[in-house]
Amino acid sequence: MNLDTGNKLSEQQLSQLEMHLLNDFQHGFPLVSRPYKKIADELGTTEETVIETLNTLQQTGYVSRVGAVFRANSIGASTLAAMAVPGEELEQVAALVNEYSEVNHNYQREHHYNLWFVLTASDEHTLNAILDDIEQRTGHAVMYLPMLEDFHIDLGFDLGFDLEPDSGY
Amino acid sequence: MDMKVKYRLPSLPPQAELDDIDQALITLMQRGLPLSPTPYADLGKKLQLDEDEVIQRIQKLDNDNVIKRLGVVVRHHELGYKANAMTVWNIPDELVSELGTCMGQFDFVTLCYRRPRRLPEWPYNLFTMIHGKDREDVLANIALLAKRCNLDEVERKVLFSTRRFKQRGAIYR
Repeated sequence: MNLDTGNKLSEQQLSQLEMHLLNDFQHGFPLVSRPYKKIADELGTTEETVIETLNTLQQTGYVSRVGAVFRANSIGASTLAAMAVPGEELEQVAALVNEYSEVNHNYQREHHYNLWFVLTASDEHTLNAILDDIEQRTGHAVMYLPMLEDFHIDLGFDLGFDLEPDSGY
Repeated sequence: MDMKVKYRLPSLPPQAELDDIDQALITLMQRGLPLSPTPYADLGKKLQLDEDEVIQRIQKLDNDNVIKRLGVVVRHHELGYKANAMTVWNIPDELVSELGTCMGQFDFVTLCYRRPRRLPEWPYNLFTMIHGKDREDVLANIALLAKRCNLDEVERKVLFSTRRFKQRGAIYR
């Protein structure tokens, strides 16, 4: 594995404006009438360019959305869940789990418990019904691990770009 | 265990009271803010609220920590942070708050939750998500975390992800 692939790739493909938008506005997004205008003023560009660029970043998959990250369980009910699935059944079980629109993350991980997913529903009753349903349909037990306490202060994630302090675009 | 690190206290107020309008606003915000010149006014139109009220309500949700952050939500994997490991720790109950708080302040830790143990098969009660460009990067971050938070004696397990079957924002309904 090439150690530098990730960032080199990004830095070759991304403009300074894109890098600033990706890195500098992960929290503290302006709560003003025209937030993209405010960002544009800070970066020395136009509102239209900021909106267009964010649109492109979203289309290319670098940005999932511009918006809020909600604290788990502050609305609705959610849980992390894990299953130990025999290797030959894994794809099939993963696809079945993916069918539920309440499942928003689903990963294979290196462990006896090899399938890990996050379920989010309007309330606990719905959540439990889905867990039961998955157990019944797959014939495998689901270990569910709801959050009890959150210790993380979320300020986003420093992408480690080599950014010039500012410039015109 | 000797705890020498200065901790920031987690801000976890009791569950905020959310009225129907808040719920509707949150539902509408799940797919993100509109990429239009006046995103808050545009959200407001759908809820028959004026722009100021939308902004005030989002501000309150943010103050109450219902919103953890407001901004650009990036996809780590697409941006070159291709490895992530759910790293789980078996921490004595009386130390979990202290150690969790220590771990939660590192920026490569994107999630730090206490969850229940499921004995006998699952003894781990603290879950951290650690990102990095590759495995070595992730493992280096875990080693740093263990050192800085005095976790070298704590039983841990590193679960790298090998395949992503699904990833998107939560949809509450």
